[in-house]
Amino acid sequence: MLNLTVTPGEAYREPPSSGPTDGVIALLGLVGQWAGTGIVQCDPSLAGRIYTHLLAMEDTPPPEAVSDDVLDAVAELANIIIGNVKNLLEEQTGPMGMSIPTVVFGHNFNTRSGGTESWTVVPFTCDGAKLVVKMCLRHVPQPGELRRGFAVPRCVTI
Amino acid sequence: MLLDVLIVDDSAAIRKILQRVLRQADVPLGEVYEAADGVDALKVLGTQKVSLVLADINMPNMDGLQLLRKLKESEQWKNLPVIMVTTEGGQAKVMAAAELGAAGYIRKPFTADQIRHTLASVL
Repeated sequence: MLNLTVTPGEAYREPPSSGPTDGVIALLGLVGQWAGTGIVQCDPSLAGRIYTHLLAMEDTPPPEAVSDDVLDAVAELANIIIGNVKNLLEEQTGPMGMSIPTVVFGHNFNTRSGGTESWTVVPFTCDGAKLVVKMCLRHVPQPGELRRGFAVPRCVTI
Repeated sequence: MLLDVLIVDDSAAIRKILQRVLRQADVPLGEVYEAADGVDALKVLGTQKVSLVLADINMPNMDGLQLLRKLKESEQWKNLPVIMVTTEGGQAKVMAAAELGAAGYIRKPFTADQIRHTLASVL
């Protein structure tokens, strides 16, 4: 769909609260017997290229500003990536619900997961830039006690 | 007879991609309408003649399965073919869509060929 070459890097763990970051992040909540958050993160330049590639406008220069259209494209990419990870995880975790994406663009902001669980981070190189996929899940012994809706990630200090 | 299509997805990017694929597909395409969720879709259906719906599942306000259920419960729209175009690939969602009467199911990320083949099998 994107026609971009993506190379995975070494996965690693990150503490619940990581240091300040810049760029575009899309967050999706997951609920079920395992609940948590999935994040797709990239810099504004790659976000613009994702937008042009998603719409098959590779010959068009990427937009210089991070517009609503660019955020929408990153949200959809995150929806596809985290959604497909969820589909794979469901073989082990049982069915999970997934929220619609929330996208944040800014500078020098922190994200923090609500629990004490660390994030599993997989960095990718995409079109020469860094694209990061993070997930943080915790086991919920009694999912019936979860409130309805999606698990809102504890964020953001801007 | 021209095919008037309603695309229902909260992502404007996906709506644009599907519009483009439809226009390049070998189908007699008429009007293409867009809606951002199930509520919007019902408004469009109330005012326009539509012969096929392509609908996402995860959407705000009214999701794709709720929309599908409403359409299949309606005398007016129960025979309207609905193809789900979604990231949701879990067996439960696929089965739910099939039981509700979805005419087809396309997983994201999709290729133009997958869209064309599904259209061909449904039409």
